[in-house]
Amino acid sequence: MKQLRKELLLSLPSLAWLSLFVLVPAALILIIAFRATAASGGIADEWTLGQFRILAEPHIQVLLWRTLWISAVTSAICLALAIPVAWFIARARESLRPTLLLLVIVPFWTNFLIRVFAWNQILHSEGALARFLRAIHLLEPNQPLLFNSGAVILVSVYTYLPFAILPLYAAAEKFDFRLLEAARDLGAGALRSVFSIFIPGIATGIRTALVIVFIPMLGSYVVPDLVGGSNGQMIGNKIAQRNFSDRNLPSASALAAILSVAVLAPMLIRRRNANHSA
Amino acid sequence: MKPSRLPQITTILVMVFFYLPIGVLILNSFNASRFGTTWQGFSLKWYERLLERSDLWAALGNSLRIACIASIASMILGTLAAFALHRYQSKIQVLHRTLVTIPLVLPEILMGMGLLLLFVSINQSLGMLTVTIAHVTFCISYVALVVQSRLQDFDFQLVEAARDLGASRLTALLRVTLPLLAPGILAGGLLAFTLSIDDFVITFFVKGPGADTLPVVIYSMIKKSREFPVINALSTLLLVLTFLAAWGSQRLGNSYRA
Repeated sequence: MKQLRKELLLSLPSLAWLSLFVLVPAALILIIAFRATAASGGIADEWTLGQFRILAEPHIQVLLWRTLWISAVTSAICLALAIPVAWFIARARESLRPTLLLLVIVPFWTNFLIRVFAWNQILHSEGALARFLRAIHLLEPNQPLLFNSGAVILVSVYTYLPFAILPLYAAAEKFDFRLLEAARDLGAGALRSVFSIFIPGIATGIRTALVIVFIPMLGSYVVPDLVGGSNGQMIGNKIAQRNFSDRNLPSASALAAILSVAVLAPMLIRRRNANHSA
Repeated sequence: MKPSRLPQITTILVMVFFYLPIGVLILNSFNASRFGTTWQGFSLKWYERLLERSDLWAALGNSLRIACIASIASMILGTLAAFALHRYQSKIQVLHRTLVTIPLVLPEILMGMGLLLLFVSINQSLGMLTVTIAHVTFCISYVALVVQSRLQDFDFQLVEAARDLGASRLTALLRVTLPLLAPGILAGGLLAFTLSIDDFVITFFVKGPGADTLPVVIYSMIKKSREFPVINALSTLLLVLTFLAAWGSQRLGNSYRA
């Protein structure tokens, strides 16, 4: 009994704080999604399923689809770049590894907005890159580098790549590279030994990297807002718009609830897999 | 067997990709050209312009105040949470652990949205208070994470030894446990500080008039496409500051590990 009281005393401050400011807000999103919109844009008292009619609107479907494919492509590119980097760092001399890891992390000590802004400047239509591409006729005179899905993917890869490299490195470091030599000795080709030994060997790292990139990507807001233009908008932008421009909180909640479901699904699958392998 | 060059080439290209934008940014902050498209000579005028921007300095003041409160509050709450999670394995801690983990994995926009709904529902007007509450909330998780990892390496026999030698529970806590854990707690606090200074999305959802933080002002400057060179100068200064903070945090971490 005394033990329990001590446990409660120790847990209560953070438990109470997090219940009030994490659990209650999460529940509120799900509750207010089923409320009607008041004339002022606020939350009305009556219950409705009407907010979810937004799913039938073609422009929302375009947005949801784009959110999914931009997130998927970004995750795939991050993975494709991060696996060779993780391999290289894991095989580097041991004294060199901390420095290489630090080099991966250091750029991300800078403010997130500033990293996006740096790209905003590089891709700017008057910037050196755009002028160079125009000079060698790779870019049409009026074709912008900014304000499209491609720019969103490029800047998102820049933002999330380190978060993909770190778990992959952790997995690659534990991988026994002698297995590859054994495979080669037994007659497997270089590609085959990588794909059937190395990739399965770092499967946990790959799963973690995918979740770390894909989930926050689904909720992207700043990157599409600053470099996406109207053709690069994602669902996060719509949530913000419903909040700040339309002042329609229940509608924003409905979109946020849809996003929550999309976010929770891969996490639950991951947990099931983790339990499976445990 | 000749090792493939692919991993090495990819790593070099990725490093160029990582550092090029930051290099361009720093370089352009000293560029006399307004648009940063060509080099028109070395100049410090953007830094002078920066000094004149009183709104930026007010926002920096807000950011620092919020970050200080958020890091201190989250150091206390996060450390308590880490102790509870480390020591007990009950059903309560399963819930506790889930609540601590949610802010680490939930997209920021959902956290911002949820907190906004909470504050609107209880008629709490948005301002410095709501932003600070939001920051404390996500900082707790990171502090708890850092302190928990330190507790795993912590030698509790030292505390028992102190008790055997006659120290009271409180004395042992104040003279043995806390001083030994201090670097870990401080490292968590510094992490919380940098995360708070850095946060934009959650702040944007729960800020009210008069509570603009530095990232909020930077965002509106980028959005309006104005004064890019001034943002460059500001970014360069911030870079130096965050490097110092991160370096300090690493040092704290290493001094404990070593």
